[in-house]
Amino acid sequence: MKKTGAQILWESLVREGVTCVFGYPGGAILPAYDAMLDYPIRHILVRHEQGATHMADGYARATGQVGVAIATSGPGATNMVTGIATAMMDSVPIVCITGQVGSKAIGSDAFQETDITGITLPVTKHNYLVTRPEDVARVVREAFYVARSGRPGPVLIDITKDCQQSSCEFVWPDAPKLRGYRPSHTPSSREVEQALDLIHSAKRPIILAGRGIQLSNAREAVLKFAEQANVPIATTLLGLGAIPASHPLNLGMMGMHGEAWVNTAIQEADLLLAFGMRFDDRVTGNVKTYAPNAKKIHIDIDPAELNKNVRVDVGLIGDLRETLEGLLPRIEACDRTDWVSYISMLKGDSAVRDIQNLPDNGHLYAAHVINDLWRETRDRETIVVTDVGQHQMWEAQYYKHEEPRSLITSGGLGTMGFALPAAIGAKVARPDAEVWVVVGDGGFQMTMCELATIAQEGIDINIAIINNGFLGMVRQWQEFFYERRYAATPLVNPDFCKLTESFGLKAMRVETRGDVVPAVREARRHQGTVLIDFRVEQEDSVYPMVPAGNDLHNMIRRPSAIVETGADA
Amino acid sequence: MNTFVVLVEDHPGVLTRVSGLIRRRGFNIDSITVGHTETAGVSRMTIAVEADEFGARRIEANLYKLIEVLRVDNVTRRPSIFRELCILKVKTTPETRAQIFQLASVYRARIIDVSPESLVIEITGNEDKVQSLIDVLDPYGIVEMARTGRLAMLRGTGTASKPPEDEQDFGAAKAEEDLISHSV
Repeated sequence: MKKTGAQILWESLVREGVTCVFGYPGGAILPAYDAMLDYPIRHILVRHEQGATHMADGYARATGQVGVAIATSGPGATNMVTGIATAMMDSVPIVCITGQVGSKAIGSDAFQETDITGITLPVTKHNYLVTRPEDVARVVREAFYVARSGRPGPVLIDITKDCQQSSCEFVWPDAPKLRGYRPSHTPSSREVEQALDLIHSAKRPIILAGRGIQLSNAREAVLKFAEQANVPIATTLLGLGAIPASHPLNLGMMGMHGEAWVNTAIQEADLLLAFGMRFDDRVTGNVKTYAPNAKKIHIDIDPAELNKNVRVDVGLIGDLRETLEGLLPRIEACDRTDWVSYISMLKGDSAVRDIQNLPDNGHLYAAHVINDLWRETRDRETIVVTDVGQHQMWEAQYYKHEEPRSLITSGGLGTMGFALPAAIGAKVARPDAEVWVVVGDGGFQMTMCELATIAQEGIDINIAIINNGFLGMVRQWQEFFYERRYAATPLVNPDFCKLTESFGLKAMRVETRGDVVPAVREARRHQGTVLIDFRVEQEDSVYPMVPAGNDLHNMIRRPSAIVETGADA
Repeated sequence: MNTFVVLVEDHPGVLTRVSGLIRRRGFNIDSITVGHTETAGVSRMTIAVEADEFGARRIEANLYKLIEVLRVDNVTRRPSIFRELCILKVKTTPETRAQIFQLASVYRARIIDVSPESLVIEITGNEDKVQSLIDVLDPYGIVEMARTGRLAMLRGTGTASKPPEDEQDFGAAKAEEDLISHSV
């Protein structure tokens, strides 16, 4: 039977298991929207196409399945670029579908024409311009295959309007055959032997656990490896939750705002085992002085990650879970008691400076809010979606994630405005889970229009604004490195409660530490989205901190003045 | 200077994908040539890029990330033939014409056009040879010049021009057979 390109598009998406898309209609994608009504697809109408891509991203991160965003040509498509780049940096499988002007009009600077395949070339894993209905099914099939296989990533499909309108015979193609695409690799036996030698001879090894653990479902394999070889684990920001926070070998987060004992341990290690992480500069600090005495073993699915930032001694290219399962039978038990107890000693020194150990001095600190939120939401499966900035780092430090995919955050690109739409996507994907947005007052205003999407679609999430009246992380840098010259960081904010209420949603304001828990409880009891505007200390900073480009062990520690006076120094 | 022979699917936009990828990873492309191969649907690129050993490996590994890239060979340190073609238009006078003819024959270059005031000369060879002829002719006045950039081919029976053969093996790579150098 003949179908139009638009019908073939939906038919193909349904066959790929898509039940929900996030999008915004417009002229060049109208035939597809018209055809959509005849297919079992839930469409979430966003308020800005960037939101659609972050929602598809949140959907994908919460489930591991491919998220789908749809938009029209020109401005609709260009609005998607930030969301696509975000997904690219964090290896998130999404498929973005954009309308394009008629194929005869391409290149004529037609109304709402942009070369979106050209624009997104550097920020997609692959992209397609489709001009004939005969190609639609094959391209959709390939796009999903490419997006989810190997190192996942975003794929864009640009479909001309005439392609959506004209018809051909629908044929569902066989599994894609792409002769230049190599999603799977197996490490060589020589490299496996070298790795085993290094592992067994190491006295002070440490595992660096990244997002690859979540992507390859390698949690059990990593834990077995760590327990068998008795190796402590430090995680990246995107590795949080990949292994339980409460696991005795889990040290917590490394890097710029990682705890001092974790970074010190890395600097003093004699072997780094990098599992599905990519030595981001936020993790390594100055690469010249990074873990100077350590041999390095890197396991990654993407050959291009090896030796990119840090030169490694052994590279094992392959799926992390499969590679570790191959190694496990040959990992001998090792006694590393001295090393593990040395790290515990370092930890004791840091813990005494922790803000959580201070008596209540009447001020509301973000750390208190996050810590209380964690304590209150531990009783059920909770996904926390954060934005980017100080609150993101406090969340990473004080919310203890036990489960994979329970923290959704923009790591690589650091996209402000990510949290609110990504949380909508996560909730649509996982309606059973409780979803909390933790967001700063700056980032919230970048995509707060999506409150309307929440209201229209009846999405039930909770939003915690960590409101300090500043672009807090930038202000912190200005305080530390620019002599407190607060150029363009103070914010004049709207009344977030009134704003939220104008969408018919519930809102609360919290100004003291004692009110945090009752507000969180109230929000959890309430059916529907609740926003809590937490008014926290304005000039609080995230500690510890490794200034950009500094050596990893040269951290600005939590000020001891806090310990003595109970007030922020 | 590293020379890569890259086989790609003959799709629109592939040149942009390849050159854009190398540029955005921070490398400058010195020369890039593209043409058809003996295999239908497969084009061959010769790319010359300034990079150290690690840089060259990064370029190779990143090129493999492109779905339309079938094979990458760094032929820099393997016995290879490098050639480029150059066409030069040189000013002549009745007095200089014979001298230029003579120089061209020393370089085994061919005269392909003659006019009262100029000659067009074609030369093939590696960059040094081509550059040498250019330097020699420069004093006579080069009116116009077109160069193709570098082409490369391995010496002997080894080839860099076959796409992966085993149709069944699409999508999987074993390190032993893999062309990418993994460890240092």
